[in-house]
Amino acid sequence: MATLGKTAGGFPRGLPHACPIGALSEPLGGLSGLLLALKLRSRRQRLLLRAWRKRGQLAAVADRTAGIAPGDILCFLCLRNEARRLPHFLAHHRALGVRHFLVVDNASTDGSGALLADQPDVSLWQTGASYKASRFGMDWLTWLMLRHGHGHWCLTLDADELLIYPYWQTRPLPALTDWLDTQGRVSFGALTVDMYPEGPVSQGQVAPQDDPLTHLAWFDAGNYQVQVQPRMRNLWIQGGARARAFFADTPRRAPTLNKTPLVRWHWRYAYVNSTHALLPPRLNEVYATDGGEITSGVILHTKFLPGITERSAEEKARGEHFADAAQYAAYYDRLTADPILHTPASTRYTGWRQMEALGLMSRGGWI
Amino acid sequence: MLCHAALDRAAQLARHWAQHGCPVVIHVDARTPLDQFAGLKTALADLPDIRFSRRTPCEWGTFGIVQATIDASTQMLADFPQVNRVLLASGSCLPIRPVRALQAHLAANPHTDFIESVTTADVGWTVGGLNEERFTLRFPFAWKRQRRLFDSYVTLQRLLRFRRRLPPGLVPHLGSQWWCLTRATMHAVLTHPDRPRLDRYFRRVWIPDESYFQSLVRQVSSRIESRSLTLSKFDYQGRPHVFYDDHLHLLRQTDAFIARKIWPQADLLYRTFLTPDGDRALAMQPNPGKINRLFAKAVERRVKGRPGLYMQSRFPTRARGGTQSAAPYGVCSGFAELFHDFQPWLARALDARAHGHLFAFDRVEFAGGERVFKGGLSDSPTLRDYNPRCFLTNLIWNTRGETQVFQFGPADEQEIVPFIASDPNATIFAITGAFAVPLWQSGRTAAELRPEAARLQKVESDFLAVLDRPDTKARVRVWSLSEFIENPAEPLEEIVDLLNPRAAHRTTGLPQLKPLHGFGSFLQDLRNQGMAPVLMGDFPSDADLAQPDRTFARPRIVR
Repeated sequence: MATLGKTAGGFPRGLPHACPIGALSEPLGGLSGLLLALKLRSRRQRLLLRAWRKRGQLAAVADRTAGIAPGDILCFLCLRNEARRLPHFLAHHRALGVRHFLVVDNASTDGSGALLADQPDVSLWQTGASYKASRFGMDWLTWLMLRHGHGHWCLTLDADELLIYPYWQTRPLPALTDWLDTQGRVSFGALTVDMYPEGPVSQGQVAPQDDPLTHLAWFDAGNYQVQVQPRMRNLWIQGGARARAFFADTPRRAPTLNKTPLVRWHWRYAYVNSTHALLPPRLNEVYATDGGEITSGVILHTKFLPGITERSAEEKARGEHFADAAQYAAYYDRLTADPILHTPASTRYTGWRQMEALGLMSRGGWI
Repeated sequence: MLCHAALDRAAQLARHWAQHGCPVVIHVDARTPLDQFAGLKTALADLPDIRFSRRTPCEWGTFGIVQATIDASTQMLADFPQVNRVLLASGSCLPIRPVRALQAHLAANPHTDFIESVTTADVGWTVGGLNEERFTLRFPFAWKRQRRLFDSYVTLQRLLRFRRRLPPGLVPHLGSQWWCLTRATMHAVLTHPDRPRLDRYFRRVWIPDESYFQSLVRQVSSRIESRSLTLSKFDYQGRPHVFYDDHLHLLRQTDAFIARKIWPQADLLYRTFLTPDGDRALAMQPNPGKINRLFAKAVERRVKGRPGLYMQSRFPTRARGGTQSAAPYGVCSGFAELFHDFQPWLARALDARAHGHLFAFDRVEFAGGERVFKGGLSDSPTLRDYNPRCFLTNLIWNTRGETQVFQFGPADEQEIVPFIASDPNATIFAITGAFAVPLWQSGRTAAELRPEAARLQKVESDFLAVLDRPDTKARVRVWSLSEFIENPAEPLEEIVDLLNPRAAHRTTGLPQLKPLHGFGSFLQDLRNQGMAPVLMGDFPSDADLAQPDRTFARPRIVR
């Protein structure tokens, strides 16, 4: 359930909305820096309060959180009708070393709930409340993270996202989080890469257990636009296949692709905008500004599986996905028209080393 | 063997050593919970040659680690008279060659102490600026817990020019914490007449575990081989690297006997190297250079990164390379307006990808008119103008290995100009005033064209002003139109020389210049309309124009 909805406005004087390449300056100091910090602090507190007030919307279906051991890596997930993706999603992240999944099921009708309730390492909550009113599910997840995530490395994903990182096939997530711990890092950044098939997006067959990447084998390798928003110093990366195919005329509205999915959680933390930005702002520093590279990953986005066209028509009608849904009507219309995203300039996915060579992720100093 | 966590692995290692005839004295950090310690004791209860030494707290960087080493070594010498070598290992040090091979190596080098020991003046690897000062300042605070106190106390001492006096006879040496000493040397160190005083001194030295034994052996040893038998690598901030399962092949190629640190969950490594015989783990041909190269590359990637790459974990500020693209490229302004077939000629002469006006208002003119270029770059001008710097850096990054050249001019979107000017990889060739040629060819009258000509001249002047700024890093060559017309071969030659120096042997004719008869009077018409066309230079009247020589001025060498 990819979300976005960037809103401008309300910036302290002197801070641009976004800094392009070469224009990033040092963090604000002095009085304005202090004011900004206070403002962000109260924003974070408001987000936490909001999550606390929404806690009643969650009804526990299967609460197995008592089985969470100290040091376990947890995965937080909010979904609706993802039964086609869930088996592989769970298998992929289990193999990476996620020990417990905490899932919010937002009124699924395709059996996702039953599927999840049967898993021994899943705790499931259900809600029929509005996804949009819950900040696209983030209020619910913030509450669950506040309750259960404190002190753990927490992975927050959508059901159509598969996290990969350097050496992921040979080193499970605890190896990565141990490394991050020794580096003194508490957050880990990843770029969302839209994967798409060779033909029209509605074609093809992928069974729920199968690796969707055999079908969604293609991606855009080098059209990502990077900026930094100086207020929270979070990245703002757009581009990829969706920007190219659907937002060529309104690039500012193109989906945000940078995420910070893996965080050593503290109950005081809060995601601000999907998982694109967090508070306190230091958690957003998943990039090096000194010219070096630090370790980062890629989220393989499996949105364009067969079924996307019907789903887009439905989402357009529901209007639950964007703050300003009317603006995205054209986007849904184009998706419903079964586009071909593949071009001669597309790249076929072969693995993380390819992603690293292309500069979409980095090993940084991790060997 | 010094341990503090992952005691199950420590037990496994101790068992391996003991089963190969090496008695083990284990020191467990006093801060490790008692039940874990008890578990370790139980796990090793069946082995007679294992002892546990007095537990002291071992905080990183403090004397506790040295104290633990001294205690354990003393116990080793006392309890096991048959021991003739003492090797210091940790609970995450994995023997990567058979213990027999280590024993054979030591037997072949009797009376030799294997300990890295370098004078402070020659050490290049210490991190944090503290080198000699480790010995001349006092360090009562823990670096990890009391960082502020630590730092301010160092600053204070520097300010007061405080210097400790070294104990007489002590020459400070630094080196890896992991060593292998002979019984005689060990005994001499432990019974050093000056020990109480030395210990007192080293209690306030920073990271004494890297200097205590390293300095003392210099006084007592008869033969030192200054290298460690333990492979341990550090990152650029001095933190130890960890080895994982996928390093198996790499570890087989080292010439070291032991490797640290091993990730406790690296099952494959423990399984492979802790086999009873261990022979299978032997490398055919040790190649330690490969490991060093790999680690050097990692440091470079972490510290310098890949220039010209802007991505989610690399976004340098202006001062740190934020104005740079990935590879040299060329920008030609005014050429395509003067020649019939400039782009194909350029592609041939430079062996490069010659684009049209990448920053044209109506569309991105990729070479060959492609709709979507390498890496998925769209020809949509809106998408390009949303972030022109990323557009350009992406284009250059996506085509690494192939030189890119594109046309530019005052009729194009200008927002990219400051970036190009500050990019050391850019080479800009500009013929000023050439923008007027297409205007003249449009066939409209000077009166109609005057506002447009004036606007373009203004834009081009601004462009030239940016290139003229002192902070410009791009290479810039500028000719006025009239200069260029006089001798077009030389500038073209320069383009080839600068962008493709290796193309010297190519014999390439010149592109065909558009006939400019009548252009002089067009400029005069503009003047008559009240505009001042200055950027063209002193353009000759039509009578003086001649088609230039169609060969290069300087004879090209054919190889």
